Amino acid sequence: MTEVKAIADFPIKGFKEGLLLTIGDGDWNEIQFKLLSQIDEKTKFFKGAKIAIEIGERVIHAAEMAKLRDSLSDREVKLFAVLSTSQVTDMNTESMGLKTRKSVLKENHAGFGSAVLDGEPAILLQKTIRSGTSIKYAGHVIIDGDVNPGGEILATGSIIIWGKLRGSVHAGMDGSESEVICAMELDPINLRIANITIKNNKLLRKLKRKPVRIKIDNGKLTIDYWDNKK
Amino acid sequence: MAAKIITITSGKGGVGKTTATANISVALAQLGQKVVCIDSDIGLRNLDVVLGLENRIVYDLVDVIEGRCRIRQAMIKDKRFEGMYLIPAAQTRNKNAVSPSDMIQLCNEIREEVNWILIDSPAGIERGFKNAIAPAEEVLVITNPDVSAVRDADRIIGIIESEEKGPARLIINRLNPEMIRRGEMLDAGDVLELLAVKLIGIVPEDEKVLRSTNIGKPVVTHEKSIAGQAFRNIARRMMGDDIPLIDLDAKDGIFNRISRIFNTGGE
Repeated sequence: MTEVKAIADFPIKGFKEGLLLTIGDGDWNEIQFKLLSQIDEKTKFFKGAKIAIEIGERVIHAAEMAKLRDSLSDREVKLFAVLSTSQVTDMNTESMGLKTRKSVLKENHAGFGSAVLDGEPAILLQKTIRSGTSIKYAGHVIIDGDVNPGGEILATGSIIIWGKLRGSVHAGMDGSESEVICAMELDPINLRIANITIKNNKLLRKLKRKPVRIKIDNGKLTIDYWDNKK
Repeated sequence: MAAKIITITSGKGGVGKTTATANISVALAQLGQKVVCIDSDIGLRNLDVVLGLENRIVYDLVDVIEGRCRIRQAMIKDKRFEGMYLIPAAQTRNKNAVSPSDMIQLCNEIREEVNWILIDSPAGIERGFKNAIAPAEEVLVITNPDVSAVRDADRIIGIIESEEKGPARLIINRLNPEMIRRGEMLDAGDVLELLAVKLIGIVPEDEKVLRSTNIGKPVVTHEKSIAGQAFRNIARRMMGDDIPLIDLDAKDGIFNRISRIFNTGGE
């Protein structure tokens, strides 16, 4: 959604499918009248337009919706969607063959595919990785949760943990030394990148309870603490 | 009536599954509920002893499943507590005598007649444990505040999640405030922080528990026991009451901290 054209009473936004008019509170008949007269004033602007209306939690019956659609189509304006937060209205909207917020969003999401940059495969897991759980993935692994003692993550890529790492992790399983391991707090049972392990490493003893990134530098694991002063 | 089916489990042995099952069952019965507790620890039965019903056993769980008796005949009525029943485990068989679907069928048969079915799970993560959680609608995981019990509880919670039994709730048993003060025991906050589940109760260490187990009289019946009070509170929380955690030591910051965690749902 881009520009905002402030024409009279109804905020109008342009978006991919057409125009979006936001309709506030008030008597529905009055609003409908205002809307139509506004369109009548700006016939040039609206002629041939596809519009969606945003009506918030207002409940509109199918008959009212049909009346508005007919009045609009008399003016060569096509009503294609009614976006509301009311389930009743959504049902009425669907029964009229119009789109609801859900279906508009779905189509917009479908359009995201082509916009993806050259990324690499990764999985996002929003849960605690508990003892006895093993996550194996050919790619990067992102955990939104803790990795508990006895849980393990094995990835060919990097491992990012938005939580505490207390289990075992192995990044760069196929030997890639450019992978990293990040965690909000580090106290691992075992940690390895490519073929270099932190076991018996001096680093392990002086770990601080801070967000940290581990990478390989000159064949050794090094620790970078995240520091907001940087 | 459609009973709520609850399984009490722990992974590690000896943390207090059977004691908790016995005490919560009796506490629920004392609240006027009809309760059946089932000992699913085939071959190592204990619940009957803790409840003091050992010498009343005629038929057991395996007899019901193998059709040697009707389920009613295996339900031992506890005469001390109105509405309290026990289905004991078989002592001379092993876990393979029962399958998860047997357990589901058995629970379905009695669930219309009672308010609660509480299942005491065996230790471990094998067949016996699978049997115990199969019919459960909710699982209570019990742990002690020590590293190995918490490690096992974490594993168990993971299995319960993957079986889609809903989020487990946690009982921390045998907490010793004095040892925590001396820094020799994990505190409840440490345990919850690692396990990331909701807490349903903390049961403090209490010598009366051992004594009452030995005489077959659950500690909840002991008005003055602090552990008994904790079990009574757990039962009331299961009934949906909003009961704050008992304050073991008002001067101690640890328990204030626990109750804060509890009130925010262990998050």
